[in-house]
Amino acid sequence: MQVTSRRFKKGAHEALHDENIQRAFSRVKSGFPLARARSASELPEFEGLRDEARDLKNHILENLDYYLEYFEDQVLLQGGRVHWCSTYTEARDVILDICRDANARTVTKGKSMITEEMALNDHLEKNGIEPIETDLGEYIIQLAHEYPSHIIAPALHKTKDQVSDLFHQHHEKYGLSERITDPQALVNEARSVLRDKYIAADVGITGANFLIAETGSTVIVTNEGNGDLTQSLPKTHIAVSSIEKVVPTLEDASLFLRLLARSATGQEMSVYTTFSTGPKRMEDLDGPANFHVVLVDSGRSELLGTNKQDLLRCLKCGACMNHCPVYQAVGGHTYGWVYPGPIGAALNPHMVGLEEARDLPNASTFCGRCEEVCPVRIPLPKIMRHWREQAFETQITPKPERWGIGIWAFVAKRPVLYRLVTRISARSLKILGGKKGVIRKLPLMKGWSSVRDFPAPEGRTFMEQWKKQTPEGK
Amino acid sequence: MPARERIFARIRHNLGRGPLPEDAANVLKARIEGHAPHTIPKRTDISRKKQVDLFAAKAEALAATVARVSSLDEVPEAVRDYLAAHNLSTKIKMSPDKALDDLPFDRTPMLEITRGAAEPSDEVSLTPAFSGIAETGTLCMASGPETPSTLNFLPENHMVVIRASQIAGTLEESWARLRETYGAGNLPRTVNFISGPSRTGDIEQTLIMGAHGPRRLHIFIVEDEE
Repeated sequence: MQVTSRRFKKGAHEALHDENIQRAFSRVKSGFPLARARSASELPEFEGLRDEARDLKNHILENLDYYLEYFEDQVLLQGGRVHWCSTYTEARDVILDICRDANARTVTKGKSMITEEMALNDHLEKNGIEPIETDLGEYIIQLAHEYPSHIIAPALHKTKDQVSDLFHQHHEKYGLSERITDPQALVNEARSVLRDKYIAADVGITGANFLIAETGSTVIVTNEGNGDLTQSLPKTHIAVSSIEKVVPTLEDASLFLRLLARSATGQEMSVYTTFSTGPKRMEDLDGPANFHVVLVDSGRSELLGTNKQDLLRCLKCGACMNHCPVYQAVGGHTYGWVYPGPIGAALNPHMVGLEEARDLPNASTFCGRCEEVCPVRIPLPKIMRHWREQAFETQITPKPERWGIGIWAFVAKRPVLYRLVTRISARSLKILGGKKGVIRKLPLMKGWSSVRDFPAPEGRTFMEQWKKQTPEGK
Repeated sequence: MPARERIFARIRHNLGRGPLPEDAANVLKARIEGHAPHTIPKRTDISRKKQVDLFAAKAEALAATVARVSSLDEVPEAVRDYLAAHNLSTKIKMSPDKALDDLPFDRTPMLEITRGAAEPSDEVSLTPAFSGIAETGTLCMASGPETPSTLNFLPENHMVVIRASQIAGTLEESWARLRETYGAGNLPRTVNFISGPSRTGDIEQTLIMGAHGPRRLHIFIVEDEE
């Protein structure tokens, strides 16, 4: 998909002044985090399970080739097919070929982030195949020609009124001409429209939360049931997944399942957790006759063995963004690529290039909540720090910023000079603050003080005061 | 180089090794075949009777409804009462499953029962479950010629019959039963874990029931244990 991470600062500014975005994303604060905290507190083993999940993911990554081969063997044994794709282009073409072989005119889709990454819908449309998103949130943003603003709640940024307008505009062709506003009625209308789509579709495409090496199964987790209709009604089921989703056994998947929904929405289990293994069996009355697994690398294997390998542990639960003050303030689209929030800030520079996504690792207060809630304990702030260092070292950071950091480093490394400079600053800032002790405009830092006042220092540095208060020699 | 080789070459290069030596690969193979569980929550370390109670309580907390009946013979009347209470169609699409064939539907002549996979016009389905998971109030459904999985999703109203003896504590116990039935390393085409009826929060994070799957999930627990 098109990358717009470069305009992060501008986008953030716009988002902060957009009433709808502010309302929608401030709602995240009270919803998901509270639900997660409640369900975590109801499971005494939760913290221990997180440690186990982290260690298990690490074990899988260290043996990724073995488990992928094992998975492939099992899929073949069960009568499915496996397609390996090194790039998005390869994956799009493989999927298109399968759709063409099935003489597909329409394709229903369950929610899948990897197909967002590769902009699969555009590719299918260009080639005369109509893709229909069936997850309600994905359906809404497909109608709006937008992309997800949250990895598990893709239409989070849309207001009910906007949904009403979209349905009103797009559902008229089905004889539904009334503009409805009640959320339940909106859901019912989408349900009835999509029902016919499931039945008419020639191919169903889903993502995969896990791939089970032991059985060759792909696993999806949903609350709506759309993924199940997508993969059980059409003749062909394509499961698209990135390679790091493989887990060895069903028991290993159980460990992750105990963490995934709790971390995401605070549910103990999502409503539907579905394991799909091979095509339908000879005597089965329903299910797809063809089962394809499309495995996509596109940048994952490059992270192995680097100081950012931990990113590959991600379960895509969204907890990091749910708890991120920056995400809550600027919304999802500002990040400019598929993954918003802390995981986006840490992953996107790798996926779209550091030069393009330079601002993202800086879009953090380093409060550390993302790491605190990550079910597999990805050290997100540390990885963002790596990117910041890399941006500085490779001169991607703009000159004024580099000079600023250079000057600061020069001063900070020389204690005598540092104390002199801070003494002068503390005194001048006190004078600037006047009687009220508040500075309305900071010299050289207009951006910071344009939206808030700076409390002026007392006039003496910490070191000076410490010396004064501490008896000699202590 | 084909994509597959390129991917494996890059994985191994970045892990700083070639393909795993045989002994290391054997350790991993044994790990899969041994499928050892991880920490299992203590929540279900309780008596059998309490596990069934926990299953019912958890399912209800997920907005499913539960009726406990003392024998399979009572199911048809309980089905009739449920449908009447919710003013639902008396046409039922039922799994062509032996366990359900034994139900005495001659006692409820007003119920119109057909067997097979779900069709779009079906409003009510009645299916057996493979097993139940007390830990989370979850039903485990295994697809097969007698248990088409579309019945779990297409109709707006889904009724499930489960015997108390099929309800176990944890997810892991369902895996054990599935391995016993289908053989290690095998699963039926579709295994659905169902925790309550379908829902969505995609419009302004408001919880709405009945997104694409069933709006109602009603579970008959048949007491078959002392």
